[in-house]
Amino acid sequence: MLAALKKNPAAKWLGLALVVIALAVLPFAVEAGAGRSWVRIIDFALLYIMLALGLNIVVGFAGLLDLGYIAFYAVGAYMWALLASPHLSANFPAFAAMFPGGLHFPIWILIPMGALVAAIFGVLLGAPTLRLRGDYLAIVTLGFGEIIRIFLNNLNAPVNITNGPQGINKIDPFSIFGIPFNKPLSVFGFTVPSVALYYYLFLALTIVIIVITLRLEDSRIGRAWVAIREDEIAAKAMGINTRNVKLLAFAMGATFGGVAGGLFAGFQGFVSPESFTLMESIMVLAMVVLGGMGHIPGVVLGAVLLATLPEAIRYTVVPAQKMLFDRQIVDPESLRMLLFGLALILVMLYRPAGIWPSPVRKREFATAEKAGKLEPEQYPDRTEASEGARL
Amino acid sequence: MSRLALLEARDVAKRFGGLQALADISLTISHGEIYGLIGPNGAGKTTFFNCLTGLYQVDEGRFLFDGAPLNVKAPYEVAARGIARTFQNIRLFANMTALENVMVGRHVRTRAGVFGAVLRTPGTLAEERAIHDRARELLRYVGLERRSDTLARNLPYGDQRRLEIARALATEPKLLALDEPAAGMNATETASLKALMERIRADGVTILLIEHDVKLVMNLCDRVAVLDYGRKIAEGPPAEVQKNAAVIEAYLGGSLA
Repeated sequence: MLAALKKNPAAKWLGLALVVIALAVLPFAVEAGAGRSWVRIIDFALLYIMLALGLNIVVGFAGLLDLGYIAFYAVGAYMWALLASPHLSANFPAFAAMFPGGLHFPIWILIPMGALVAAIFGVLLGAPTLRLRGDYLAIVTLGFGEIIRIFLNNLNAPVNITNGPQGINKIDPFSIFGIPFNKPLSVFGFTVPSVALYYYLFLALTIVIIVITLRLEDSRIGRAWVAIREDEIAAKAMGINTRNVKLLAFAMGATFGGVAGGLFAGFQGFVSPESFTLMESIMVLAMVVLGGMGHIPGVVLGAVLLATLPEAIRYTVVPAQKMLFDRQIVDPESLRMLLFGLALILVMLYRPAGIWPSPVRKREFATAEKAGKLEPEQYPDRTEASEGARL
Repeated sequence: MSRLALLEARDVAKRFGGLQALADISLTISHGEIYGLIGPNGAGKTTFFNCLTGLYQVDEGRFLFDGAPLNVKAPYEVAARGIARTFQNIRLFANMTALENVMVGRHVRTRAGVFGAVLRTPGTLAEERAIHDRARELLRYVGLERRSDTLARNLPYGDQRRLEIARALATEPKLLALDEPAAGMNATETASLKALMERIRADGVTILLIEHDVKLVMNLCDRVAVLDYGRKIAEGPPAEVQKNAAVIEAYLGGSLA
């Protein structure tokens, strides 16, 4: 069917138009059907897609198991919080003298800054781990992730940079072209609620990130990442500078995490260290692994599923229990972890490559069938067949 | 053999703890020849390869390649200088297709970075097309064009060997170092491999060959060096080396007396 679509450009454009329309009306449909809180959940799902795609570059493409990925999300979030809130001016006279009302950078500066700062952190945290592989790398990155969180938790003294466990609040809401995102927007008498505005912004950035990832995957750099994952020694022998290419993977992955973190800070209006625990790193990793490591549509699917299903459980389990037993017996939070664990086990048993793995294997089966039809006699003599090809 | 030297090893030595894996190996490989490196198991052939290709650092001695010292700190620099290798235990990128494996080989001769890839600049697109076309050409060259979409790990053994050669050729080497390419091949496969190597040489690439198949080495190589316990015990045209007493002793064992 997909092949048919590719051959028929009209059908392709029609399909694309349908997808665009579906994505455009999604927040309104969801709000009408399930309530505004679900639009908010979809906003978070989009942030998780960005995170999962970033981690997918490190884990899925380059094969570097990173258990501290959420650190870059934290770096992006805190950078945004510091540059778009009264916090620094409230705590440092120097800042107060220059910016009496606090720092309020526009989104056009904050997003690239978040990407850049996170990329620098990606390189800084990646550099010491270059010689490590597998389990050892996982342990060290896990440690780095926790170090960042603990720093954020404790950098309120002697100088108050992060405001410690209380976190930073009063972060500016987004505004683009003077349109504030924290109020509903009226367009020609049609009201777009605040969560839907965020939805469109996050969707746009998610699409940008998906396009970047797709293009990187199908490039010289993307192939070098996969080569390192497959066999680092052979990759070196092919002339790949594995040090730089790995650092590039860390930096690119961190970039997406930093952007998502900044958006998170602006969306919430508040950041604190408890949003960046090890559990979050594991959650994002589970999205990548469950969805289909290294396969972009699979990773997106994994992120959507793992970001929305727990909420669905929360919204169905409590009423269901009330109806059945007249009271709540199991806390949805503990049920969530139980079901999550069960889902992981089932996926690993029945779909070890993920729910939606890369189609390379399907392609592979197709060619194997074609090759199988060739009788050995028909198989052309290689030396003859290769006449004409020159070095 | 008064042709220009392509590779010169001078007193190369490598120790692993107390084991002298290579001791004062000196040899010269000329442009355009097929040079065989033979010896019993454990003689140091692969160690020599690993020193040459930068996987190991030599303890003593040095290599001169193409008229300049081969001062490598990392293996990837070796490929840039024009030395490509295959591995004794095949090291393909197993979950990439045959075509992608060869495309990775073009890495060192191409430039595109992240921004080019993301923005799809005309230069990047042209380079990408060139990588693709060259990879297809090389697959045809080794006779694997029908297998281009097959995952490397699903290729038959002999084809995996050929794919490794194609991948190495993609780096545009001056010296192609093959570590036991005919291991585990039947007579037909070996014959066609021999034809391939002769063609590569005819196309101007010098070959350094480690091989156990004595018949293949004798028929193919212009000169061979024999290693035993890390030392070079003989060097010369195959016919001469075959008669060398030290070589016979190394391979068959000394007299019992």
